[in-house]
Amino acid sequence: MSQIHVTTKINGDETEFLCEPEDTLLDVLRDRLGLTGTKEGCGTGDCGACSVAVDGRLVCSCLMLGAEAEGREVATIEGMAKGDQLHPLQRKFIEMAALQCGICTPGILVAAQSLLERNPDPSEEEVRYWLAGNLCRCTGYDKIIRAVMETAADMRRAS
Amino acid sequence: MRYEAPLSVEDAVAALAGQPGAHVLAGGTDLLVKLRSEMIEPEVIVDIKRIDGMKDIRAEEGGWRIGAAVSGAEMSEHEALVADWPGVVEAAGLIGSTQVQGRATLAGNLCNASPAADSVPAMVAAGAVARIVGPNGSRDLAVIDVPQGPGKTALEPGEFIASILLPARGQQSGDAYLRFIPRTEMDIAVVGCGVSLSLDSENRVSAARVSLGAVGPKVMLVEEAAEALKRRVLDEAALDDLAAACSKAATPIDDKRGTVDFRRHVAGVLARRAAVIAATRAKGENA
Amino acid sequence: MALDDTKKTRDFKVVGTRPDRPDGIDKVTGRARFGADMVLPGMLTGRILRSPHAHARIKRIDTSKAEALSGVKAVVTRADFGEVPADVADVMDNCMAGDKALYDGHAVAAVAASSPAVARKALKLIEVEYEVLPHVTDVDAATRPDAPVLHEGRQQETVPKGMSANVIARSEFGHGDIETGLKQADRVVARTYRTAATHQGYIEPHACLATMGPDGKADLWVCTQGHYMVRNTCAAILGMEQGQLRVTASEIGGGFGGKTVVFLEPVALMLAKKSGRPVKMVMSRSEVLRATGPTSSTSIDVRIGMTKEGRITAGFAELRYQGGAYPGSPVDMGAMSGFAPYDLENVKTVGWDVVTNRPKAAAYRAPGAPMAAFAIESAIDEAARGFGLDPLEVRLMNGADEGTKASYGPTYPAIGLKATLEAAKTHPHWSAPLGENQGRGVACGFWFNFGGDTCVSLNITPDGTVTVSEGNPDIGGSRASMTMMAAEELGIPYDQVRTIIADTGSLGQNEVTDGSRVTFAVGLATIKAAQAAKAEMCRRAAMVWGIDEDAVEWADGAARPAGPNAGKFPPMTLKEIAAIASNTGGPIAGHHEVNAEGAGVSFATHMVDVELDPDTGSTKILRYTVFQDAGKAVHPSYVEGQFQGGAVQGIGWALNEEYIYGEDGILQNAGFLDYRIPVASDLPMIDTVILEIPNPGHPYGVRGVGETSIVPPLAAIANAVSAAAGVRMTQLPMSPPRVLAALQAQADG
Repeated sequence: MSQIHVTTKINGDETEFLCEPEDTLLDVLRDRLGLTGTKEGCGTGDCGACSVAVDGRLVCSCLMLGAEAEGREVATIEGMAKGDQLHPLQRKFIEMAALQCGICTPGILVAAQSLLERNPDPSEEEVRYWLAGNLCRCTGYDKIIRAVMETAADMRRAS
Repeated sequence: MRYEAPLSVEDAVAALAGQPGAHVLAGGTDLLVKLRSEMIEPEVIVDIKRIDGMKDIRAEEGGWRIGAAVSGAEMSEHEALVADWPGVVEAAGLIGSTQVQGRATLAGNLCNASPAADSVPAMVAAGAVARIVGPNGSRDLAVIDVPQGPGKTALEPGEFIASILLPARGQQSGDAYLRFIPRTEMDIAVVGCGVSLSLDSENRVSAARVSLGAVGPKVMLVEEAAEALKRRVLDEAALDDLAAACSKAATPIDDKRGTVDFRRHVAGVLARRAAVIAATRAKGENA
Repeated sequence: MALDDTKKTRDFKVVGTRPDRPDGIDKVTGRARFGADMVLPGMLTGRILRSPHAHARIKRIDTSKAEALSGVKAVVTRADFGEVPADVADVMDNCMAGDKALYDGHAVAAVAASSPAVARKALKLIEVEYEVLPHVTDVDAATRPDAPVLHEGRQQETVPKGMSANVIARSEFGHGDIETGLKQADRVVARTYRTAATHQGYIEPHACLATMGPDGKADLWVCTQGHYMVRNTCAAILGMEQGQLRVTASEIGGGFGGKTVVFLEPVALMLAKKSGRPVKMVMSRSEVLRATGPTSSTSIDVRIGMTKEGRITAGFAELRYQGGAYPGSPVDMGAMSGFAPYDLENVKTVGWDVVTNRPKAAAYRAPGAPMAAFAIESAIDEAARGFGLDPLEVRLMNGADEGTKASYGPTYPAIGLKATLEAAKTHPHWSAPLGENQGRGVACGFWFNFGGDTCVSLNITPDGTVTVSEGNPDIGGSRASMTMMAAEELGIPYDQVRTIIADTGSLGQNEVTDGSRVTFAVGLATIKAAQAAKAEMCRRAAMVWGIDEDAVEWADGAARPAGPNAGKFPPMTLKEIAAIASNTGGPIAGHHEVNAEGAGVSFATHMVDVELDPDTGSTKILRYTVFQDAGKAVHPSYVEGQFQGGAVQGIGWALNEEYIYGEDGILQNAGFLDYRIPVASDLPMIDTVILEIPNPGHPYGVRGVGETSIVPPLAAIANAVSAAAGVRMTQLPMSPPRVLAALQAQADG
C-alpha cells in the first residue's frame, strides 16, 4: 500500500494529508483530520449525514475518495460558525427545536446552507426536496423545514 | 489499490490498459458504494475528472455534447440544455439526492448498466449516442446499445465513455421522463418511461421514441408504443394504445421493489403521462 | 420548611417555556461527541464476521490464518466467553453465536486489528464450516407443527401441546365474556391483519470504544439508551464485578428502543481484554439492519361486536408476534394495550410469542402497541363506518375515563383519552373538506409509561450555580427538561443550572432510557433532589439567623423566614447561602434515589388525510394532526417534537417500511435505499395539539410523551387509505403495489 499525498483547503485552511487510495473523503475528515462533525449514517449516499460542500457543491463525503480532494476546497460543519458567531441557520435550529438527537444535524445544516446560497427564497416544497437526501428519524422534519424557511426569511430581511 | 487521475484521454487509456481490475471513476456515486460493500476490489481506479473536456457541455451539430464527468446538478443549471432536452435533464436529476446530483453523471449512470437507471430511458428516447474512447481510438455507439444486461456493457477492456451526444432537438419536439418510486425521492425506479416526440403542424405525432426502464434486463425501446402514437393526435384512444403497448412490451420480474403486475400496469400509466408532458413541451408550452 | 407535592395548579416560571437546549450548540457545530467520534491512543479497529445463512449449525471455526495476519491483535469467538449466567445467555448468544447461527447477519467471530483494511482482510481469513439448516422467517409459518425449529426446550407450559416448539409462550388478558358480548352486537367485524417488521432506523449506527487492563478494570464509551444496563450486562457476560466496569454514554444519535440492549459491547471488551489495546467498533448500516433490533412482524385476528348505536359489546384479539431468534417478542404489551383506550364489559386478548430466523426483536417505541392498535382501531373503524357512525363519536361513546377498569387489569386514575377526542372533534381539521381520491382517518393509541430505578445528584457550586447529574442518556431533550425542573424547583434562572449525564461510577443504578420514563422519573428525582438541597439551604439560613429550621421556607430562589413569628430577616439567596457553605457545615447538595412509581398512562388521537393515485396505488399524506395528553409539557417544543417524530415513524411503518426476506432467508433490503424511511418531501407539516391532564403521580403532573405518538398512526392511516380507496386495507405496509391490487380487485368486483 502506498499512501497518497493530498493538498487541499478545508474550511479555508490549507491542509495536507496522506490517505489510502480507498479512503473516502469522510474517512479522511473523521479519522485523519479529526473533523468528526461530519457523520456516517449509511456509507452509501442514502442518508446525507456526511454532507459537505466541495468547491461550493453539496456532496456526500462518503461517495468521494479522499484523493479526489486534491486542489479542491472542502467546507464542513466545523467551518460553518465564524469563531463564536453561529451561522443564522445554526442559531435558528437551536431556537426552533429543529434537532433532537443531533446526528443528522451537521449534514442538514450544510445542505440547508447550500440551498440558501442558491435560493434565498425557497418554497416549502423546494426545501423539502432539497433536503430529501438528509434523513432525520427524530423530528418528522416539521421543525427543520420551518427553521430553514425562517432563516431564509431572516437572511432576506437582513440583506 | 491505486488511484490515478490522468490529465489526458491518452493517459487514461494507458492507465486502464492491461488492467482487468481497473475501474473508471467519474461521479463515483455507484463505484464507491460497490467499493465499500466489497462488491469490487479494483487494482486501480482511474479518475477521469481532470481530463480536459470531461466537465464540458458543448453545442455540437445543433445538439449537445455532455462530458462524462458533468454532474446532474451542472446539467440542471445549463439553461439551453434544459430548454432542448428537459426530459433527459430531469431524468438525470432524479438520480439520488441533491448531494448525489453534485456528482452523478450520465455516463456513469449508463455504465453502471442498471436496468432501473433513470437517465438511460430518457437518453434512449432522445436517441443519444455515447462516444467511447479506448486503446483503438474512439467510436460512437447508440446509448441503447451500451447496456448488455444488468451490470454488463458493450465496452471493451480499456475503453470508457468520454461523452454523450444528445442530437439536435427538432422543431415542435419535446421529451419527458417519469418514473415510479414508492417515496417521493431517494428510491430506485420501480418503472421508468421516457418519451420523445415531434408534432406536425396539426399537432399529430410525426416522430416518437418511447423507452422503458426497470421492466426488463435492460432499458428497452418500445417500437410498438411509438407506432401507436405516430400520425395521431394524443387523444385518449391514442394514449390508451400507447399504454397498452408499453404494458405489453414490459417483461418485468417480482422483486423487493415491485411485482410483475404492478410494473406492467404502471409502465402504461407512466407512458401516458410522459407522452402528455412531451407533447405539451413540443407545443412550446410549459410542463 | 413547607413543601407541597399535591398542589397541581401552580404557576410555573420555567416549566412550560421554550429555552434553548443545553446540548444545542455542540450539536449544530459538530462538536457533540457521538459513539463513533471517540478516539484513544493505540486504538484498534474491531469488526464482526456475520453468518451468511438464515439458520446453520456452526461445525467449526478456524481463526488461525486471521491470527497470523500482520496487524491482527485479537480474534474472538464464542469459545472465548465460556459459560455465562442464564439471565444473559440469550443476550450472549445474540452478540456471538454459539452452536448455531440463527439469522442472516448473526455474529460468529470478531477481530481487532491495526486498521480497518487489516480487519476486513482478517475477517476473510476466518474459516467457518456451516451445516445449513432449514429456516423460517414468517410468523404464521413458524407456528406450524412442521416448521423448522430454532430452539428445543424453550416452550413454556402456557402453550398447548402439539404446537411448534417455535411458539414460546401464550398470554391472556381481559374480563367479561366475549361470546355473550358478541351476541349483543348488531354487527361483528372479524378480520385478520398483518404487519411487517420495521426497524427503529436511528441514523447513528451502534458504536463503542472499550479498554481493559490486565487488572480487569475496564472502561467503555458507547452510544446507548442505558449505560447502566450496558455495564450490568457486560459485567455478567464477562464475569466482571460491575464496579470494575465504568461505562460512559456518548451523545446518542437516536435509539427509539433499539439501543436498550447490547450488541457490540461485550465483544469489544473481550477484544480489548485479549489484545490489551483500546478497541473501537462501529457497525455499518447493513449490519444495523441485519443484526440489530427490528420490531416484530405480526398476524392478528380481531373480532369486534358493535350495536347500531355504536356501543362496543365485545372486543377480542389474538396476536401472533415473531420476536426474531430468541424468546421475548413484545406481544404481551400489544395484547395489554390494544383495547386500553376503551371501557368494555367484554374484552379478551390472547398473545403468542413466536421465534423465527430473524434478528432478535428489540424495543421499538411503545413496543408491541402500534400493531395491536392497527388491528383493533381498524376493526372499530370498519364497524362504525358500517353503521354510518362518526368514528370519533363512537370512540367517545366507548372511551375509557377515570374509574374505568382497563382491559389489562388496573382501574384508571385521571386520564386524557376523552380530552384528545374532544379536541379532535372541535379541531378545524375534522371539518375540512376532502377532494376526490382523498380520505380521512382517525385512531386512538395508548401507552403505559414506565418509572423504575433512578438516581439524581444535584450540587450547589461555591458561586451559587447548580449542576445536576443524572444517569439517563438524553435522546429527546431531557437535559433541557431536567435543567428546567431543577430551575423551577430552586426558583433560579434556567441558565444557572447545567445537567450532565454521569458515568456509571458516579451514580447508583439507573433504568434504561425507555418506557417514556425519563422526563417523568428522572424529573421526579431531580425535583426531589432539589427539594433536598433546598431543605439543607433552609437549614443553613436558619443557622445563620439563629432560628428554628422549620421557621424557614424557600421561595423564589431564596430562604425566607416562614412568617412574622420567625423573625425579620432579609431573604438569603441561593448564591449567598452557597458563598458561606464552607463556614456553615460544608458543601451543599441534594440527591434522590428511587424506584419511581406512578408514571401515568398516556393517550393520543391522530387524524390524517391522504390522497391516493388510483392509477399507481401511491398514497400521499396531505394533512396530519396529533392530539395527545402530556400531563404537563415541560418544554412544549420538545413535546411537539416527540409527537411529530412518532407520527412520522408511524407513517413510514404504514406506507413503506418493511423487512423483506427472500426464499433463502436473507434480508434483501439491508440499507436505507430499500428500507424506506420517510424523507422530507414525503410529508406535510405535522400539526400538534398538546392536552394537559396532570399525572397525579408527578409533582408537576408530567406524563411520558415519547412513545404514545407512534401507536395511532398505523391505524389512522389505514382508516384514511381505506376510506379513500373504498376497500379495507388489512396489511402493512400499504405499499403502492398492495393498494393498487386492492383497488383493482375492488373494481373487478
